[in-house]
Amino acid sequence: MAGAAASPAVVEQLPAIPVERARGFRNRWYRTPSFVAGLVILGTIVILAVFAPLFARYDPAAQDLHNILKGPSSAHWLGTDQLGRDVWARLIYAARVDLKVGFLAVLLPFCIGTVLGCIAGYYGRRFDTLTMYLVNVVVAFPFFVLILAMVFVIGPGERGIYIAITLVGWVSYTRIIRAEIIVAKRQEYVLAVQAAGLRDSRIIVRHLLPNVITQSVVFAMSDIILTIGAIVTLGYLGLGIQPPTPDWGNMIADGQTFITTRWELSTIPGLAVVITGIGLSLLGDGLADLLRPE
Amino acid sequence: MDRLSYVFRRLLQLIPVAFGVTLICFFMIHLIPGDPARTMLGVHATPEAVARLHKQWGLDQPLINQYLDFMDRLLHGDLGESLFYNLDVKTLLMQRVGPTLWLLGMTTIFAVIIAVPLATLAATKKDSSRDQAVRVVPMFGLAMPPFWVGIVLILLFGLHLGRLFPVGGYGDGLAGHIHSMILPAFTVALFISPILIRSLRASLLNVLESDYITTARSKGISERRVVIRHAVRNGIISMVTVLGLNIAYLVGGTLVIEKVFALPGIGALMIDSILQRDFTVVQGITLVFAILVVLINLITDIVHSLLDPRVRFD
Amino acid sequence: MSEPILEVRDLHVEIPLTRGTVRAVDGASFTVAPGEAMGLVGESGSGKSMTLRAILGLLPHPAGIAGGEILYEGADLVTMSAKKLQDLRGKEISMIFQEPMTALNPVMRVGDQIAEGPLAHLRMGKSASQERALDLMRQVGIPDPERRARAFPHELSGGMRQRVMIAIALSCEPKLILCDEPTTALDVTIQDQILKLLRSLREERGLSVVFVTHDLAVVAQTCQRLAVMYAGQVVETGSIDETFRSPRHPYTLGLLRSVPDLEDVRDLLRSIPGTPPDPVHPPEGCRFAPRCEFAQPDCMVGDKPLRSITPTRSTACIHDDAPARAVQLEPVIAGG
Repeated sequence: MAGAAASPAVVEQLPAIPVERARGFRNRWYRTPSFVAGLVILGTIVILAVFAPLFARYDPAAQDLHNILKGPSSAHWLGTDQLGRDVWARLIYAARVDLKVGFLAVLLPFCIGTVLGCIAGYYGRRFDTLTMYLVNVVVAFPFFVLILAMVFVIGPGERGIYIAITLVGWVSYTRIIRAEIIVAKRQEYVLAVQAAGLRDSRIIVRHLLPNVITQSVVFAMSDIILTIGAIVTLGYLGLGIQPPTPDWGNMIADGQTFITTRWELSTIPGLAVVITGIGLSLLGDGLADLLRPE
Repeated sequence: MDRLSYVFRRLLQLIPVAFGVTLICFFMIHLIPGDPARTMLGVHATPEAVARLHKQWGLDQPLINQYLDFMDRLLHGDLGESLFYNLDVKTLLMQRVGPTLWLLGMTTIFAVIIAVPLATLAATKKDSSRDQAVRVVPMFGLAMPPFWVGIVLILLFGLHLGRLFPVGGYGDGLAGHIHSMILPAFTVALFISPILIRSLRASLLNVLESDYITTARSKGISERRVVIRHAVRNGIISMVTVLGLNIAYLVGGTLVIEKVFALPGIGALMIDSILQRDFTVVQGITLVFAILVVLINLITDIVHSLLDPRVRFD
Repeated sequence: MSEPILEVRDLHVEIPLTRGTVRAVDGASFTVAPGEAMGLVGESGSGKSMTLRAILGLLPHPAGIAGGEILYEGADLVTMSAKKLQDLRGKEISMIFQEPMTALNPVMRVGDQIAEGPLAHLRMGKSASQERALDLMRQVGIPDPERRARAFPHELSGGMRQRVMIAIALSCEPKLILCDEPTTALDVTIQDQILKLLRSLREERGLSVVFVTHDLAVVAQTCQRLAVMYAGQVVETGSIDETFRSPRHPYTLGLLRSVPDLEDVRDLLRSIPGTPPDPVHPPEGCRFAPRCEFAQPDCMVGDKPLRSITPTRSTACIHDDAPARAVQLEPVIAGG
């Protein structure tokens, strides 16, 4: 193979494989229907959430005890809850909270899991054995049981959610990245840069990671859906986002008492979760299609 | 004889994991911010109560002694005493285990009834309209929080549409139990079906695109025989494995559903105990669930080895 | 000459993919006489496997036959009903696959797999089909068949597995056997055994065989005639003897030149420069022209269909005298 004696500097000039894919991505994204659909749905929700103050006519915490449990009207598009608060306003402010927490709560496990997976996959042996042992132990617990237990001991609320989900969620990313790295590190281009004397960290970050991270990203899409589901469930149980901050979960819990008369109070926030989930699913599917090498 | 030693070896492999599980459960108490006893007691934190808990949990002892004590009690079947009820945790769990087992059993049956036919329909005519339709289902399913689905189902079938099912409770007698389990089991089944459908479809596709299916067809035997004798026979193996692996996921789903449908099971107990700050019960249930998952994985392995002749016992 | 048992006329197989329609087989024609072994030769991607699969209607999804006829004893298999085609399989035409490890059902005992055809297709009783399976195992040279019949595929060696495949192919006593590179996945020594076995079985039973391979040496050893495929088309047919001595298509010449011959040490081992054309957008005119050393301007325009030069030979090359002359200057096989 020519260039066996290439210096690290020369080798660095080699285009890393992902450049090919990035170019293809830029050309094709608007032609992939699932990606576009997902982007539209999710984009709408994100815009509503981010610019909530513009879209809501009322303060989500503003109570109006003369107008409790009213149905949809021109004044209150989705009606009011048991304390007279505007449901539409609470819905989009809840979107703010749930989307933000959902996204951040996945970011930490993503980063930690990816790093651990890289190290375990690349160096193997004892570090790998230890990491996989930890993975097997964490995986032995039913996901939600462990989340509940963690939230219980650390305390409910946003902080508890981040810590609990990070402690439990890193596992999937580690497994994915580790598996990919183990395969990828045997590729010829890796052997080439190793022979050229590149530092390990450089090899991992610049040559291995860009190729394997796409799997993580695609998984993260479905992970966000599940995480938002977990956050909303915690909210329903009173262990998640604490009132008076609206969250789709605690809205459903509030509405459950009035299910016989005003069933929309419990149903609509759930629909919001479903639509968000579908948007993320489509985005994830589209992303997977786009990132798959042709 | 080979198989027996295989089982034995797998059991041995599980011991480190079980060990790790107990470690995590043990450490839960030390993750509590501040003084665990005081935090748990909350408003009931009188100095005497705090001191009593300290003694009971051995919090003044060095860490390693605490752990050894914990393991010692565990191996004698002692999971501690509930702070809220006047019972030890083990008795409490035994009382409440019935509804949970019912729920798990019926859910598995429903999930198989839903997932297997759908996955088969999709895989046998890949990329057809029915395949596309089936692939859309997981997308909706994953996005729907199970407790919300439960509420919607209660709304539809419990309150409207003829009040077909009870909105909660466990019911009396066998028929009563089953009747009250239908909606909750269906809800949890809907929750895990998407994952099952996806995995099953993928493994069935894998099987159907295998070379040996082509060989079977080249023999001129009927397509029906090809599917049943060759495809399904192989597909079942991966189906069992997929089911087994997803048990952990399944169990998580039952927890909240027990609360939504007011079923007096272990899941509802855990949630109540969290709200009542009953630490020992929460710790006990967490531990039990984990050990259960570990055992189910072992059973799945054993069943797999029974079905698949390729599994080597050395 | 008696009626051919198999006649493929202008077969087209297409695979619709997202990036375009792949024309896997784009005009293949050849005939097989009864009792004859016909080799179908070409590099990977030439369409030879697809041709074989198309004959039995076993193309993998989403590939499909897009035109042409496949006449088995006069009946067109392309337009035949699915039920009749299924009936034909195994009983009249059977197939041997390349990878015996994946082509055998991993959870079924090999004896049962061999007995399945007679049992389910010929409707023989259980014990009769088991008897036949044991008998076949003996015929294909599997020692201790009673014990081996109870084995699972992964418990047997590669050569044994291929013998099992051959037994399966023979189990319903077909007249035509399609072989898709049956020895490619095997060690050279085992290859030899299997090829000898196939030859003796063929001669004993008067079978007709279509033998797909990329290996010219194998074709020379087992077949009487061959058809050479390139880029989805059959470009030359003829007897082994004539074609090897005096190829009438530049691609055939290229193939012959790139094979090492131990008996006659040649000075140069020549590979054919360039790569096969894109199966989605093949070039106009002769598809081999871009790589051909004898190419002329008129090669690049117009279809180049297969045409007869003698009753037993045909070629698609319009300048077929060029390779013939080149071979006289530089023979490819010993003895000129």
